[in-house]
Amino acid sequence: MTTIQKVSAVPSPRDAGEDGGPLLEVRDLHVEFHTRDGVVKAVNGVNYSVNAGETLAVLGESGSGKSVTAQAIMGILDMPPAKIPQGEIRFRGQDMLTMSAEERRKIRGRRISMIFQDALSSLNPVLSVGYQLGEMFRVHQGLSKKEAKTRAVELMDRVKIPAAKARVDDYPHQFSGGMRQRIMIAMALALEPDLIIADEPTTALDVTVQAQVMDLLAELQREYNMGLILITHDLGVVADVADKIAVMYAGRIVEQAPVHDLYKRPAHPYTRGLLDSIPRLDHKGQELFAIKGLPPNLLRIPSGCAFNPRCPKAQDICRTQIPELEPVTERDGSELPGRAAACHFWKETIHG
Amino acid sequence: MPELTKSADEAVPSATTAAAGAEVSEDKPEKTRSLWGDAWRDLRSNWIFIVSAVLILLLLVMAAWPGLFTNADPNNKDLANHYLQHPNYGHWFQADWLGYDAQGRSVYARAIYGTRASLLVGAGTTVLVVILGGVIGMIAGYFGGWVDAVLSRLTDMFMGIPFLLGAMVMLNSFTDRSIPVVIAALAFLGWTQTARVMRGAVITVKSTDYVQAAKALGAGTGRILFRHVMPNAIAPVIVVATISLGVYIGAEATLSFLGLGLNGVSWGNDISDGGNSIRVAQWIMLYPSIMLSVTVLAFIMLGEAVRNALDPKTR
Amino acid sequence: MAEPSKKDEQPVGKVNVSKADGAGARLEDEEVAAIEKPVQRGEPILQVRDLKKHFPLTQGILFKKQIGAVKAVDGVSFDLYQGETLGIVGESGCGKSTVAKLLMNLEQATAGHIFYKGQDITKLSGRALKAVRRNIQMVFQDPYTSLNPRMTVGDIIGEPFDIHPEVAPKGDRRRRVQELLDVVGLNPEYINRYPHQFSGGQRQRIGIARGLALNPEIIICDEPVSALDVSVQAQVVNLMERLQDEFNLSYIFIAHDLSIVRHISDRVGVMYLGQMAEIGTDEEIYDHPTHPYTQALLSAVPVPDPDAREHRERIILTGDVPSPANPPSGCRFRTRCWKAQEKCATEVPVLAVPERFKGTDSPAAHESACHFAEEKDVVHAA
Repeated sequence: MTTIQKVSAVPSPRDAGEDGGPLLEVRDLHVEFHTRDGVVKAVNGVNYSVNAGETLAVLGESGSGKSVTAQAIMGILDMPPAKIPQGEIRFRGQDMLTMSAEERRKIRGRRISMIFQDALSSLNPVLSVGYQLGEMFRVHQGLSKKEAKTRAVELMDRVKIPAAKARVDDYPHQFSGGMRQRIMIAMALALEPDLIIADEPTTALDVTVQAQVMDLLAELQREYNMGLILITHDLGVVADVADKIAVMYAGRIVEQAPVHDLYKRPAHPYTRGLLDSIPRLDHKGQELFAIKGLPPNLLRIPSGCAFNPRCPKAQDICRTQIPELEPVTERDGSELPGRAAACHFWKETIHG
Repeated sequence: MPELTKSADEAVPSATTAAAGAEVSEDKPEKTRSLWGDAWRDLRSNWIFIVSAVLILLLLVMAAWPGLFTNADPNNKDLANHYLQHPNYGHWFQADWLGYDAQGRSVYARAIYGTRASLLVGAGTTVLVVILGGVIGMIAGYFGGWVDAVLSRLTDMFMGIPFLLGAMVMLNSFTDRSIPVVIAALAFLGWTQTARVMRGAVITVKSTDYVQAAKALGAGTGRILFRHVMPNAIAPVIVVATISLGVYIGAEATLSFLGLGLNGVSWGNDISDGGNSIRVAQWIMLYPSIMLSVTVLAFIMLGEAVRNALDPKTR
Repeated sequence: MAEPSKKDEQPVGKVNVSKADGAGARLEDEEVAAIEKPVQRGEPILQVRDLKKHFPLTQGILFKKQIGAVKAVDGVSFDLYQGETLGIVGESGCGKSTVAKLLMNLEQATAGHIFYKGQDITKLSGRALKAVRRNIQMVFQDPYTSLNPRMTVGDIIGEPFDIHPEVAPKGDRRRRVQELLDVVGLNPEYINRYPHQFSGGQRQRIGIARGLALNPEIIICDEPVSALDVSVQAQVVNLMERLQDEFNLSYIFIAHDLSIVRHISDRVGVMYLGQMAEIGTDEEIYDHPTHPYTQALLSAVPVPDPDAREHRERIILTGDVPSPANPPSGCRFRTRCWKAQEKCATEVPVLAVPERFKGTDSPAAHESACHFAEEKDVVHAA
């Protein structure tokens, strides 16, 4: 039955990775796609890191490169047309891009797993859910068919699928959207990975189901002390679960900040514009603020700061010089931990 | 944020026209790019298309003006040239270049003159099949319900008839097997695949929002079918039609080989004749066979290239 | 804002009786005249009464046998007033998109009436239906599928004029199309381009321009911004609000995004499993909801404010929406409702102002289909 609960999603201080360093670190990652019309520069020097037990939200609109970065981490980019001309993806200090294919395979799936937006097309329609869940154990841990099935039922219980035992032999299409997304989560969890990448995990779901699934994900993350990279365009979802946020625009990170700071005092005009352009549920606003113009064409990214044609603060320097992602400080120069922005005028934006 | 314009009346149009202005200068060379235009651009850079198109063009010229390629009469039984005279490979494009057949006719001239019949049968059948199958498929797909049920069962019934056997039975009852008769027989049996492809495409297209939008505007059935449904459903039919054009040419040759094809000059008839003397005069059968294979291959390659251009996802 | 009318009051105008042969043309003239008569601001322009749409579930190929029905819309009533925006919210499968299709006459209603200026449009045909079509237009959800990819923008926006040639003389059409492009904030020089040369937001503007072409009075918007990026959503919402003022339009705005619906709507209806659960002004629904489903829906919306997450109360519903082919007896929400009692399984709650709030001045006194309606503010942090 329905429960009414006070949500206690307060981020608790968690242990860092075993060796102290970040769990996953992406350094200066570039990804481009070679197409008939030219080179699409999807990711242009992305840096971010996640610690164990931490939730990093990567926020961006379509074409910002947020999903491509995740696909590069998972190694599921089609190459060609994709190419990674430079960058590092370090998992527990080791660069996954220079590893042998065998080593990489050991990490992907076992240590890092991924949840996709569309659960229906991510599951094989002709195999039962129990078989697909059990496959992870049979392949990676060499369990027998029977043992694997028992583990599959356990997993389904874990993600709170009612009557798991009775439904283990059902096929994906026999489950509702929310339940299918739970099965996807169960699959990602099967081998107790250190890091889960969730690409728009709730976008296709209804709000009431969205809340269930997000809660489940947060709960499991706490339980297993996993790192979580949450890729989304929804500022509401981010506010509910993230510890820190990286905002992406045209293949770059334009702002990085702990969740509370970002919503209170954005340091990049794009972040600010996004926050101002969403209507509120709790009061009826006047006219919505709208960021003018269109998202950039990745074949022809504007020179200088990619946001300059849409930016209300743009000056000449913005059209010629690409702003680096620099640490953001208080007015008096004291450090703001975890904050950085790629804007020539971040001071004016945050202290404005 | 006082410096940010809050008024939509100003922000929205100025924003878009600003962005638009930027885009116009950038996009100038590709001002209007229709989907057909895109497909055509794709085709032109595809060597398979170029090879098959050149071949087909050559065949078309051959069919229209065979006299450009040979002075010899394909029906001239030149008994002065000995029965089954060997090819004279030095005599380029001469009557005796590829030798003579059992009745003293130039193999080269017959290979050239046979093109017309083959292409006419192929093209005619394809046109008829696209019209017949297209209309039936479109009606079945668009109207659905019992109309679809009846037409689909009819399609299944025709599909159940073995193509060649059916054509043989039909043509057997004609003594004068002219080109229109052969076309009619092949089309009568061949429309089913096109109908199925068209029906499937129409069902996909008719549920799209732009068809709903046209209905919401009050558009009539004719406008919806011909402005919205057909242009978006025709692409797979074109692919199937191009490939099957080659198949019909092959079918005509097969029927002629069996003695149930065209009366007159045709590759199939020549292949059939050549079969009788294959031990002593291989060339009689060889050259019409090469012509036939190249023609069928050219159309299949063209269809493949068109498929890739129209639906880049299959690549 | 208009006074919400009493539901039991019969709408003005007549229900058409079958036309006698001779009187047919004259009747049609009357209908067209009624449709072309202007409506005052604040008067109801559209009245929906007990609308039902059941999709038959069939078995068999040639001889179909009905084995049941999906009750996509099952008795929905509401009014739309001239110049207002009525928001309709609900989860997928609640029937909100089917309502849109019924209002557009894209689907045939199983039962019920849709009165447009007193004329029941479910029964119109011929010229009168065409006149209605001119006045009720639609903007679709997906800007990538709602424009014919093989037509130029000029042909797409000009198509309404081809179908209703009386609206614009032939020589004038190109100018009209360019004007429309300008109105929705697109460069009029784009007239010869194809839809795939535009981004999602621009395509949605093209869709809106097509909807505006015939100078309609009502525009039905089915999730018009949900496929767009956040930064573009605001542009399109602002555009729609500006157009509403400029052309005196009435909107029915169907969406699952409750924040956007609040922003744009004057009144809001909440649908669940083919029925209206609660309807009222935006303030009544968002700040004083009385139906438990509305409360759950509102509390589940993620709020873009990280400070709220620590102390916001959330009602997490268990389970999924039941199948509309086999809805629960009594109140349809009872299988997921924490207040459900025996009465809910046996007695269907009617959509009306709850007894306890009747006659009071409180904003909780709006129509709500719940036996145990009570006010609960879930949106504002405690």
